[in-house]
Amino acid sequence: MSALFTLFARELTLAVRIGGGALMAVVFFLIVVTLMPFAVGPDLNLLSRIGPAILWVGVLLANLLALDRLFQADQEDGSLDLMVMAPLPLELTVTVKALAYWVTTGLPLAIAAPLFGMMLNMPAEALGAVCLTLLAGTPGLTFIGIIGAALTVALRRGGLLLAILVIPLMVPVLIFGILATSAAIVVTSPFLQPFLILLALSLGAMVLGPIAAAAALRFGLE
Amino acid sequence: MGLMDLANPTRFMAVSQRILPWLWGLAAAFLIAGLYMSFFLAPQDYQQGNTVRIMFIHVPAAWLAMMGYSMIALSSIGTLVWRHPLADVSARAAAPIGAAFTFIALVTGSLWGKPMWGAWWVWDARLTSVLVLFLMYLGLIALWRAFDDPARGARIVAVLALVGAVNLPIIKFSVEWWNTLHQPASVFRMGGPTIHPTILWPLLVMAFGATLLFLAIHLAAMRNEVLRRRVRAMQITAARAVATTGTEDGEPELA
Repeated sequence: MSALFTLFARELTLAVRIGGGALMAVVFFLIVVTLMPFAVGPDLNLLSRIGPAILWVGVLLANLLALDRLFQADQEDGSLDLMVMAPLPLELTVTVKALAYWVTTGLPLAIAAPLFGMMLNMPAEALGAVCLTLLAGTPGLTFIGIIGAALTVALRRGGLLLAILVIPLMVPVLIFGILATSAAIVVTSPFLQPFLILLALSLGAMVLGPIAAAAALRFGLE
Repeated sequence: MGLMDLANPTRFMAVSQRILPWLWGLAAAFLIAGLYMSFFLAPQDYQQGNTVRIMFIHVPAAWLAMMGYSMIALSSIGTLVWRHPLADVSARAAAPIGAAFTFIALVTGSLWGKPMWGAWWVWDARLTSVLVLFLMYLGLIALWRAFDDPARGARIVAVLALVGAVNLPIIKFSVEWWNTLHQPASVFRMGGPTIHPTILWPLLVMAFGATLLFLAIHLAAMRNEVLRRRVRAMQITAARAVATTGTEDGEPELA
């Protein structure tokens, strides 16, 4: 248990120190949100209508940014070999790394989303809904993403390939995230149903992701 | 001879060489018969006119798009569980073929959609989930191509193929939830098919012919892949021989 906490603390330290990219994803997210009004025009009504979509797509993309370094950095300095050979099950190690990644990337993105949503003229209840659905959905995005990170760890240029591999798998999370968000804004449609499915997708990814990622890491290092 | 005997690559090459001509012939026969039935025997639809005939290509292609992925997923289990090289060869050979059938299904669907829906592309549930399937095929192929050593990439790609196989039903379900405009499944359903026999029979003959075509191409592609790996192994052996002895056929020393 203490090994898990040590690993978690190590991941957090690496992310916030120089060379880590803890808040880079939030900056990228801000840039994506800034680009949208340039692309569709400064019409506040339109922006507030497509606001949830902009925020969700922005988070989905920003969450991918640092994923390719998640295992690659460990592979380069040899610590990944130690993790594979350690008595700790590799699945648990991968889970802890993914949780740390979520704390340093997914969580700040979900917290920043309502702030950026205000710039898009979204109503107050929509801001809360976006924050809530992102908190529920970003673990799913992260745990699907680590599969891609593990698959491409042995490749020199895995970054773009990683995005191509995992984005199709993230479609369900995006669909139900947006459905739950818009359900919270429009009172007529049920909110709980898509929200529960979103939670189920995240929980499912938390089970499947570490198993698949650990398998891919073992095969990749042989 | 049991199925396991086929797992020996040498025996596989011998058997597949004997089967292939028959498979090609049968596929051609069924496809010619199917095309004749669909273009001359099947009636026009009272609403859709002649455009209904696109279905005779579109529907088999869409079925084979899914069969191709199932083939990859089953082969991937073979790769991961038994570590058999032929399983990887099978998965690798099936990917471009499945992608091609998926592409055919998308293009013919688009051609049908223009007169029917008034647009080349409609973001309806089935089109979109087939598009996602196509993207996943491309991802698999891209990952295979990224490994310079096929043996090393085999099991990694198998993991991705299985993750995709688990996710495909979820994607299909969520996309259907997201939007439904496409007509529901009408051939395989409880209570028998809802389409008229004069259209159903050409469709089934076409589907069977297209499946045979898929299997023939798949077998031929597997043979190519086995040969390609043998060539690669020979090249590596030859290169190693040059590196150790220093010369080969009077070439100047490399090392």
